[in-house]
Formats: sequence, structure tokens, C-alpha cells
Amino acid sequence: MSSPNFAASAALDGPDWFRQFRRAGTEAFAVAASPDTDQEIWRYSRIADLDLDGFGPAGPAVLPVPEGLDTGLTDPAGVAVVENGRVVRCGLSPELAAKGVRFGSAAGMDHAEQYVGQVIGRSEDALAVANDAFGSDPLVLVVPRGVIVERPIVVVDWASAPVAAVFSRLVVRVEAGSSVSVVHLQRSDAERCWLAPVVELSAANDARLAYAVVQDLGRATWQTATVVAEAHQQSSLDVVAAAFGGQYARLRLDLRMLGRGASGNLAALYFADGEQMFDFRTLQDHQAPDCRSDLLFKGVVDDRSHSVYSGMIHVRPDARGTNAFQTNRNIKLSDKAWADSVPNLQIENNDVRCSHASTVGPIDEEQRFYLESRGVPTRRAEQLIVSGFFDDVAARLPADELRARIAAMVGAKLGEQR
Amino acid sequence: MSSVLEIKGLRAAVAGKEILHGIDLRIASGEVHAVMGPNGAGKSTLSSVVMGKPGYEVLGGTVTLDGADLLSLEPWERAQAGLFLGMQYPTEVGGVGVVDLLMEAARSAGRDPSAVPAAVAAEAERIGLDVKLLLRSLNVDLSGGEKKRNETLQLAVLRPKFAILDEIDSGLDIDALRAVAQRVEAATEEFGLGVLAITHYHRLLEELRPDVVHILARGVIVTSGGPELAEQVEVDGYAAFAATG
Repeated sequence: MSSPNFAASAALDGPDWFRQFRRAGTEAFAVAASPDTDQEIWRYSRIADLDLDGFGPAGPAVLPVPEGLDTGLTDPAGVAVVENGRVVRCGLSPELAAKGVRFGSAAGMDHAEQYVGQVIGRSEDALAVANDAFGSDPLVLVVPRGVIVERPIVVVDWASAPVAAVFSRLVVRVEAGSSVSVVHLQRSDAERCWLAPVVELSAANDARLAYAVVQDLGRATWQTATVVAEAHQQSSLDVVAAAFGGQYARLRLDLRMLGRGASGNLAALYFADGEQMFDFRTLQDHQAPDCRSDLLFKGVVDDRSHSVYSGMIHVRPDARGTNAFQTNRNIKLSDKAWADSVPNLQIENNDVRCSHASTVGPIDEEQRFYLESRGVPTRRAEQLIVSGFFDDVAARLPADELRARIAAMVGAKLGEQR
Repeated sequence: MSSVLEIKGLRAAVAGKEILHGIDLRIASGEVHAVMGPNGAGKSTLSSVVMGKPGYEVLGGTVTLDGADLLSLEPWERAQAGLFLGMQYPTEVGGVGVVDLLMEAARSAGRDPSAVPAAVAAEAERIGLDVKLLLRSLNVDLSGGEKKRNETLQLAVLRPKFAILDEIDSGLDIDALRAVAQRVEAATEEFGLGVLAITHYHRLLEELRPDVVHILARGVIVTSGGPELAEQVEVDGYAAFAATG
């Protein structure tokens, strides 16, 4: 791809290893195939409407982080604030620091090169490669062996960069036998910008990693996000995504089952309205035997919005004893809303249990009548049904306060509509 | 205060086919009316039409509560006017608990929702429903008997003027049947509930004693009488009535 405007000014600061990392990324980006809806991974998307040349470099944030965004969870174990892709603040409880937990900008962290870019490798996705090329300041969390982090660690990812491109990166590495939950809050202001965040997650043997991302971007924001997670032997890796904002918001989520007996749960809840489009691409990549992965994505589309769920379960030849499941359910609140649901299986081993299911439809008439027959007005009955529809996904969020926040966001969407 | 639910000349169709050919019923507060009849007589259609379930077309007649028209109202407005439908197959609603529902119902009707949780707990105790089950999604993973106890619990908390019970005696064991019937019977005294109990079988009526029994066949009420009519059906079956209908 030709290098657009934002590349020119992406000054190559940072340590030597990071300059090299970006130089390699820039070279890869230059030869990467431009995204095109003829490619399967971009089918159904609005990528043809994204004009990369229209975006300039992102300077410091124009508007400050919204009040309360970083304090919404009580007593987090650590909080980092990232503005326009740069880590501006990072704190960790002294107790965890004493146990060897590391949390901060890669630029100031010893041996950060062992983590940044290691999980994602060289993506086939040009817009993820753009992050390799132009990302400026990865945030890294490393939990050493045998450390259990009880409270979630919060990452606030704030973009206020009118007509600019922003490339944030979060890298989480949980060493053997350790445990951590990370809550990633993505927000942007009302101006037009393009965000291409990358998240790399890795759970070593017997580790537990829970990652929740809440996307509540401004309504003019374009986001093409990439999350790649790898689960090693007997580890447990859970990802929950909640999507509400943005104009076009894409999430590519790859889960790689690399070690025997690992378990992974992928879940999402999304609610699109107006002209929004949410675009989810998932891969459950079973490379090792006896792993289990379970995906549950639930969405609501209203007005003239559009959602895409396209997911693949890939069971490789060595992955005997795989259990892999994939469920996508969608409620259409408007005749003009649209939800595509495309589950796929590619199975190269006979000793597996796999299933996929998908539904798209309006609110169930029987459910609405049941609630109405108790005296609940139609509109309110529909709100209860939609909130209830998300309940099993919301239950997987790693903190009560987050569940309350999501419930309020769903309520706000339901209040806004029609 | 005594109320009257009155159905006059009610004709209704499903998918263009007329099922009810003119039903007349008049129920006053505290009364129990049983509507019995064979499969396909139109019993469930009657309960659905009176509550306003989508998919049913009213061709003629009136349904009034204390003289006020119900047929022009939305189902929720009928409920707020004092009507309740206990369903034969209570619908599963994921992620919505019975307390959520009843608090919302109270709020929507302008009543204090904060009294609901205690009322639900008290009624659960009374109807013999494990409180833990109430934390679950509505009707999800409940046995047949638990579902009908749950319907009855909602009736008791909502305290409607009239309840239509659509085969509340199907799919539950004898203990649950007794608990449900006794609770409804008590409600006729406690808050003057008027009941239209739709059933195939006599056994419900051993606990929930009807003042009037109506036999519905082929979309019309072919005869009405006292409790002895239900006993006659138990002995003779519906064939005789169906033939005359």
C-alpha cells in the first residue's frame, strides 16, 4: 500500500528495537495488499468507504479524557490512560509492583521487545500491519509466574484526533499459573478519525487471562481493531467485547489454542443504531489437542444499522479431542436494519465436537405478549427483552461495575431508538 | 367493589378461519366459571382473544370490564384494566426474572415497585416455589409444575380483577395442581378475583370449585350449568355435547 499522510510524520522515536520493529512494519505495509471487499475477510464491510489518504498524523489529544472514564471501576489493581495511541499515565498497586508485575509503556520497560508483536506476528491484515508501521507507544502488562491479580486492571484508550489516524497497542502477557483481568475502555470524541488498535494477549501454561473491551466510540469514528489471543497448555482465556459506538467499527478477533487442554471463551454483545455498522470477524484456531473454545456473540440492530458476524472454527490436523462451538444471535428492531451471520467450520481431524448456530429475527412476539399480558407497555416489554437477551454475555464481564455500566449503555440505546 | 367481565356474541378467526361463533359469558367478582370442552373447541382461542394476543382476528361481539370496552385496548392496557391470563405454555424470556417483570408491571401501572420483592417472596412461600428458581430467567429450566406455580404467583402479586386460566392444570403433578387451585380459590375470597378457568378435565375443579360450568364445543357454548355438569362430563365425555353442537 502507498503510505498515506499519517506515515510521514510518524517520527521514529523510542528504543532501537522499536525503531527496527516499525521500520520492518513500514516495509511490510508498503507491500501489503490494500483491503478490498473482493477479499473474503473484507466481504460485507464498508472498507471501500475508508480513504486512508484523508487522515493526517495524530498529535496530542485535543480534548481531555472524559470525566469518570478512568475511575468507573472501584479499586482497580492498575490504571493506564492512553491518549491518541500514547501512554500518558500508568499506575499499578505497589503490592503488585513488588511481586514483579510490570505495567507501562514499552519504551521504558526492559525486554519489552520480547512481548511487542510476538503474539500477532506479521498480520495478513494490512490495517493491523499499519499499526506495526506507525504505532508509537505500546502499553505492556506482564504478570510473572504465580501471581494472582484479584482486581481488574483498567486501560482507558482515548482518541481525540480530528481527521487523524491513531494506532494504540496493548500487550498482555500472563506467565505460568498467574491470573489477571483487564478491562479496556475505548472512547473517542465526536470528530472524524480512524483508529487501528492492536491487542495481543497471551496466557502461558495454567494461566488465566480475562480481557473485556468496551467500545463506546464517537459516532464519526472509524475503527479497525485487531485482537489476537493465544492460549497455552491448560490455560484459560476469556474475551468479552461490548460494542456501542463508532460509525464503522470492525473487530477482528483471533483465538489460537496452542497448548493441550486450553480453554477459551469468546463473547460479544453489540447494539447498532442509526447508520452504524459493526463488523466482527472471528477465528477459533485449534492447533493443539483436547482444547475447548466457545463463542457466543449477540447483537441488536436498529434503524438502518448493519452488523456482520463472520466466524471460523479451524481444527488443524493435530487438534484431536477438540470441542469448539460458535453461536451468533441477532435481534432486528427495524425492518431497515440488517444483520449478516456467517459461521464457518474447517475441520481437519475426525475426533472433534463442533457446532455452530446463528439466528437473525425480530423480537419474539410470544415473549412480548407474555410481558404485555402482565401489564408492561409494548415499548418497555421490548426493552426488557433486549436487556435480557444480552444477560448471558454481560454475566461474563469481569466486574460488577462493568455489568452495571453496560446495562446503562444498553438502556441508553433503547431510550434513543425510534 | 364488585366488577363484571362480560363477553357478548364474540366471534373470532385464526388465519382466516372462524373458530369462535358467538360466545356469551358474564363473570362477576368472586365467581369461578369453568369452560370445558374437547380439543379444537376453541378454548385457547377464547382466552387469547380476550387478552388480545396477536394473530387472532375479532369478527364481531364485545368484551367489556365494568362496561368499558377491552377489545380496542392493547394487551398491556387490558392487564392494567384488571385482566390476567395464566398461560398454558408460559413463554421463556431469557435474562428477565419474575421480580424484574412484576416490578416493571407495578411501575407501569403507577404502583410502588419497592413492595414487589417482598410480595413475591411471600407468594413463593405460599405456593411452594423455591425462591432460588425466581432468580432464573422467566420460565427457563422450570418443570411443568413450577411454571404453573410461577403463573399463579404472578397472579397473586398482581391482584387482577379477573383471571383467565388457560389449562393451568396441564403438565403438572397432583401436588402442584392442588397448590395452584387452592391459591386461586383463596384469591376469590381475598381480593374478589373472578375466574374463567379453561380446562379439559374435572380434577382441577375438585379444588377450584366452579359456580358455573360451560361446555364449549365447535366454537359455541352448548350448555351451562352448575358443578354437576363437570361431573357429568367426567362420566359421559364430551361426545354427547359435541354432537348437539
